[in-house]
Amino acid sequence: MNSIAGIIIPIGVLVAVLTIAAGLIWLERRLLAFWQDRFGPNRVGAYGLLQPLADAIKLMFKEDWVPPFADKPVFILAPVVIVITVIMAFAVIPFAPGIVVTDLNIGLLFFLGMSSLGVYSVVLGGWSSNSKYSLLGGLRASAQMLSYEVFMSISVMGVVMMAGSFNLVEIVEAQRAGWFWAPQFLGMIIFIIAGLAETRRLPFDLPEAESELVAGFHSEYSGMKFGLFFVGEYIGITLVSAMIVTLYFGGWLGPFLPPLAWFSIKTFLFICGFILLRAALPRPRYDQLMSYGWKILLPIAMANLLITGALLLSGG
Amino acid sequence: MLGTLKSIWNVFLHLWHRKETVQYPEEKPYLPPRWRGRIILSRDPDGGERCVACYLCAVACPVDCIALQAAEDEHGRRYPEFFRINFSRCIFCGFCEDACPTYAIQLTPDFEMAEYRRENLVYEKDDLLISGPGKYSGYNYYRVAGLSISGKSKGDADNERPPVDTRSLMP
Repeated sequence: MNSIAGIIIPIGVLVAVLTIAAGLIWLERRLLAFWQDRFGPNRVGAYGLLQPLADAIKLMFKEDWVPPFADKPVFILAPVVIVITVIMAFAVIPFAPGIVVTDLNIGLLFFLGMSSLGVYSVVLGGWSSNSKYSLLGGLRASAQMLSYEVFMSISVMGVVMMAGSFNLVEIVEAQRAGWFWAPQFLGMIIFIIAGLAETRRLPFDLPEAESELVAGFHSEYSGMKFGLFFVGEYIGITLVSAMIVTLYFGGWLGPFLPPLAWFSIKTFLFICGFILLRAALPRPRYDQLMSYGWKILLPIAMANLLITGALLLSGG
Repeated sequence: MLGTLKSIWNVFLHLWHRKETVQYPEEKPYLPPRWRGRIILSRDPDGGERCVACYLCAVACPVDCIALQAAEDEHGRRYPEFFRINFSRCIFCGFCEDACPTYAIQLTPDFEMAEYRRENLVYEKDDLLISGPGKYSGYNYYRVAGLSISGKSKGDADNERPPVDTRSLMP
């Protein structure tokens, strides 16, 4: 019984995650279109639902071209790294009681580690392309993701202190008394902002800023290798939304509906929120991004950490 | 900070705004009556070709997409032996319509001319000629012009006085 579940759950999670990543391509284009008074893709299949399939077929049949000036092995490896790291991070997300791939006691650290490793993909992709724009994109990505990693980790520590564990299942169970978004409000805001920066989504998409860097670190990529970067990005959105739900919004907890449904609904709302932010906010300048991170977010995250610690020590 | 939240909220409200998109094949866009689309050759109310093959349209055309050859029939009416418009070159500027002295060449509100083969965009006279008078329903060039053709000699046209006898002294 246990061994069967040990096979079914990882495969189920993998299939679900990849399907969601494909569906997100459609969802994002439709929602962005609605927020820009358009319809978006609505021709392929019912409501355009088969659009991701058409896109995938197109990407598969595109020429898989490696520029002659690129560092070939690294160039091919880079898009694979990001997909692997974000899918690996899903291993520790508890979808419902019992539905978790590995119930690690350092689940949160594993997530942070995997999202740090994801930086390599962008940096190596930018460096191995051997072109100016890619290199600049990779450079920006490394600085941005490394610095926002810091605030992300610090903001999460408040949750760890309140739950008394790095295990994500135990963190969710600790929220039965009350979800952590209210006591950890500052931490939640910082985690959402840092999560946005980690996934390189639009307000923080400086590594690929179209208007300045062509396409940033993936300027030289084409075909399915280009597609893998996008799959990585969309799984990354799902991952960060799932983490927000797990850490601050009670994971699978909720009345009436089954746990998996609650988890899916909450994650879906946060994914839509990410797309809304993309539709609404402009991209900051690079120095604004850096000074915003180090001068505003870092002190707030530290303050959140200290206040939480002080309250916990005085209270119990 | 508040401004940022407000702009996020305002963008969210756009979910219920009217969509600007025109769902084209199902929903046709409004074309103004003076829309410059597919070019046609019209006929006069009596059914004769209006075009007198004066070449003015071909001269006016900035992209040289009109080709024709003048000819004359047994009644003395000039007509184009062939009339060819290459729509892969045409820029729909309407200069040919402006240049035409007989209202023969006209632009219509029709733009659905896409083809899979480029050669199919070259329209011959059969493709261009329509059976009606187009925009100017009552106009017949030979009835208002002083030119004599068989069945209508000088002085017979509308609003035309008989030709002056230059050898007579009478006013």
